[in-house]
This record gives sequence, C-alpha cells and structure tokens, in this order.
Amino acid sequence: MNHHVSTVNAPRRFPRFTIDGLSGASFKPEHFEAISKDGAFDGFLEVHAENYMGDGGPPHRQLTVMRERFPLSLHGVCMSIGGQGELDADHLARFAALVHRYEPALVSEHLAWSTHDDVFLNDLLPLPYTSETLERVCAHIDQVQEAIGRPLLLENPSTYLLFEESTYSETDFLEEVTERTGCGLLLDVNNVFVSATNHGTSAMDYLAQFPLERIGEIHLAGHAEQDDGEGHVLLIDSHDGPVADPVWKLYEIVIGQCGPVPTLVEWDNDIPGWPVLKSEAAAARSIMDRHASSFMLGRRHA
Amino acid sequence: MPDAAAYERGFRGAILDPGTQTPAGLASAFGGIPTKRFDVYRNNVTVSLTKALADIFPAVCRIVGEERFADLARLFVRENPPKSPLLFRYGENFAAFIEAFAPAATMPYLADVARLEHAWLSAYHAADAAPLSPGALSAIAPDKLPQARFAKHPAAALVRSQYAAVTIFNANRDEQERRRINAGVPENGLITRPEFEVRLAPISGGDTAFLHALFAGKTLAEAAEAAVAADTGFDLSAAIGMMLSSGAFKAVDVKR
Repeated sequence: MNHHVSTVNAPRRFPRFTIDGLSGASFKPEHFEAISKDGAFDGFLEVHAENYMGDGGPPHRQLTVMRERFPLSLHGVCMSIGGQGELDADHLARFAALVHRYEPALVSEHLAWSTHDDVFLNDLLPLPYTSETLERVCAHIDQVQEAIGRPLLLENPSTYLLFEESTYSETDFLEEVTERTGCGLLLDVNNVFVSATNHGTSAMDYLAQFPLERIGEIHLAGHAEQDDGEGHVLLIDSHDGPVADPVWKLYEIVIGQCGPVPTLVEWDNDIPGWPVLKSEAAAARSIMDRHASSFMLGRRHA
Repeated sequence: MPDAAAYERGFRGAILDPGTQTPAGLASAFGGIPTKRFDVYRNNVTVSLTKALADIFPAVCRIVGEERFADLARLFVRENPPKSPLLFRYGENFAAFIEAFAPAATMPYLADVARLEHAWLSAYHAADAAPLSPGALSAIAPDKLPQARFAKHPAAALVRSQYAAVTIFNANRDEQERRRINAGVPENGLITRPEFEVRLAPISGGDTAFLHALFAGKTLAEAAEAAVAADTGFDLSAAIGMMLSSGAFKAVDVKR
C-alpha cells in the first residue's frame, strides 16, 4: 500500500487516502474474499450507491472493510438528474447519508433519467438537450451538491438515438452545466466511443469539444456490437467484457492531454474473477504512469 | 412553458410494452424511424428488471426454469414496474402475483417460496443489531418473567405456509439434486440474521403462534397461552431456548 494519509481537521471515520493518479475497479461482493487477501492492489474501488442503501447487513460490513483499505468512489445510478420531475427527496437523503458515512474520494452521477411519475425504469435513459432541460438539470445538480456538501461529478451518457428537439450539442450542454453549477465531470471514454459510433460522428471531435479541464474521473468499460436494422453498427454499453482497443487509444490521448486522472474500469455483467478486473485497472495505471513524467509540475493542459 | 417532459412520457408509455410504436420526436443520425434503437432501451429496462427478479427469487426461478421465469417476470414487470430505485425491495407483491397467475396453479407452494425469498432478502439488508443474549433472561427474577416483553430483531420474520415451503426453498437455494419432496406438509419458516448470515429454520405451529404473539408485543405469558391454543403439544422451555438461539429478538423489557 502506498496511499498517502494526510491529516485533517474534522473527525473522520476512515483514512483520508489520496486518489490522485490511481486506477480502480468496480467492487463486486463476489470479489470480497479475493480483494481481502490481495495485499498488492493499490488502486481504488467504486460502488453503485444504490446497492448500499439498505439499513445494514453484509453490504455495509463489506464496504466498511474495503473503505478502511482503499479510496472509494461513490457512483450514483438512479438519481434521475436528467428527469423533468422533482428529485426523490428520500433517495437524495439516502445518497447524502452514504457520502457522509463512507467519506468517498469521488462522488458521481449520470446525465440521464430513470424515474418518471414514481415509476423507476432501471436504465440510464436519454434526454433532449434544450434550454429547458438544461435548467432542470442544473437545478437538480444544485440540489444534490447542497445535500452532499461537495461538488458532484456528472457522467456523459452512452446513447442509442437522438432527439429532434435538441438545440445543444452534448459537449456544449455539459460545459454549460459545469459553468452554472460548479460541478465536475466524469468522462466515460467508452460512452464517448459508443455514442460517436451510434451517431456516425467522431469520438476525437467530441473529445476536442469536451471541457477536459473539468474532468475529475474517467470511466472505461467494455461494449457489445449489434446493428441498428438499417445497416449501421450499433454499439451497446454492456459493461460485460474487456475495454476495447479503440477506447484504450482514446483514453491514452485524454491522459496525454490532461495528465493522470483517477480512472475506473467498470465491469457489471458476466463478471470475471478479481485478477481480470485488477489487470484491467493495472493497464489504465500503466498508461497514466507513462504520461505522469510530463505532468510532474502539476501542469494540466486542456 | 412548452412541455419538456413529453420525451419522458413517450418513453414511459412505450418502454414496457413491445406492442406500442416508437415514440415521436426520436431520431437516428442516419435517418428513418429509430425503432431498433429505441428497442435497445426497451430491452435494457425489461431485461434488467426481470434479471433483478431472478436475483431476488432464485429458488422460484430454478423451480419453474429460467425461460418460464423470464415470461412470468416480464408480465409482472409490465403490470408492476418498480416504484423505488432500491431494487432489493422490488417484488414485494410477486408472491401474490404468482398466486393469481393461473398457469402456476399446479405449483401451489410457489407463492410461499417467493414469500420466503423476499423475506430472506429483507433480512439480508435489515439493520444490524446484537441478538438478545441468553444471560439477559436468567437475570430476570422468575416471578417477573411472565410479564416480560421482547423487541424483535430487525432481521427476524415469520412466513406461514400450507406447503413444505422451507424444504423446497432450501433444496433449490442449495441447488440440491432434484428429488421428490412431499409439498403437502405444512411448514412455517423463521428467518433471522443474528450476525451477517441469514438463517431459515422450519418451526412448529405452536412456536409460530408463540413468536407471532411476541413480535406483536404480547407478554411471555400471553404468548405461551396463544401457543398452547394453537398447539396442545407446545413446549415452553424448548420455545424459550429457540427464541434465544435463533437471534429473533434484540431486547427484553420487564416492567418493574
């Protein structure tokens, strides 16, 4: 373990690890024993907040043990920040309680919606980018940041279709959101590649427009390939396999621009053994380490 | 203000119903109506929710088979989409849905197995609490004991069944080799989680009445009376041993 522990003023339950320059993996309960026995892993772990919103039991016990050893990233999946209705006050309170309880190094959510009229659809659904939805998203982020007492990182979505009524590009929309709310961004490079392929645009153009200086975390993941029934490739953000080569290439370009950024490899379906996740995380770390020397003085080009 | 939520209503209306048209206002960069693209979202929602149910009800899934379970779950999801993002609470009425589902009538025990599975998951996520220690009872003066009332442990739950639901639950949760189980033997189940492992034990009719009364806040004497009324063979000292060893309670209170 080579995490630096620094002193702080407020009493804390957990060590205050730095997450700078680290890579990490999704924490899955089936890997608890393997990670417990793994003395060599020196990355961070990310969990979906909703899996820890029960009152007690094994989930909290495991997360407490993991948090003692590793920096944590708390990733919300169901806040419905992109929804037009009010945020679910109970859900927001539970989310804030987790932030308080586990003192995560990073806290993030999605530019997407999942709840409409109290019905929860359990997917990250897309929204049109208009001045109205922009206002709504900003109001929701203000509300979340107020509740958690710190900035949120907002993740760019993977999308399969477009809205006729959109008046903003996704990158302009995200830039407006960060400027108005002060939130940071979670750049999901796989989502960039998936969406660009699905909409026949260039992932490099997207990254060129993306406010890279606002990135607080990067996500990498695997995707699956289908077709759209009209002869075009349709990529699915399936999180069920290794990170694809073109996504690694885009990642390396981003790191070359930004310097090391905490990077998580997501793997949520067909979950392999811990060593496979760990080696994916190590691959991201080695790319960051390779570029770290150019950023020794803390330069971050955007 | 123009209706910014129209896109949500369009998705919500069509996403769980494959018989409906792709909502208006959606586009593909390549032109045409993006039917197959919208179907990705349909598929994500339906598959993720049916998979969530299969994770919550693995014994029911194993009994009916994955394919039939997926059919059953799809019907349930369409009629009962979740109302909370906490999916570990989803499917509270899945047992009742199975009971009313005509094709499942040949497996009358299935609904109770589902009830056990839902109670099992609730126990898994229940608040932590130290179970009542055996010493707590011996510290009470014998003449005060009949008036003692007990606080239920947050994870404890009772499920009554006219069928061998506990045996069937265990056989399928442990993935035992398929064998003949006499489903007609009534079994009640007590679910507890004294530490971090959920336990399920079959308990007699007398013990069920006893625990049911204690969970409802009755005194030990009242609970024993209810248990004898339910089962003349009720054994109070054995039942007290069971209530301590199972971890079904977290505290005892005696009025001074």
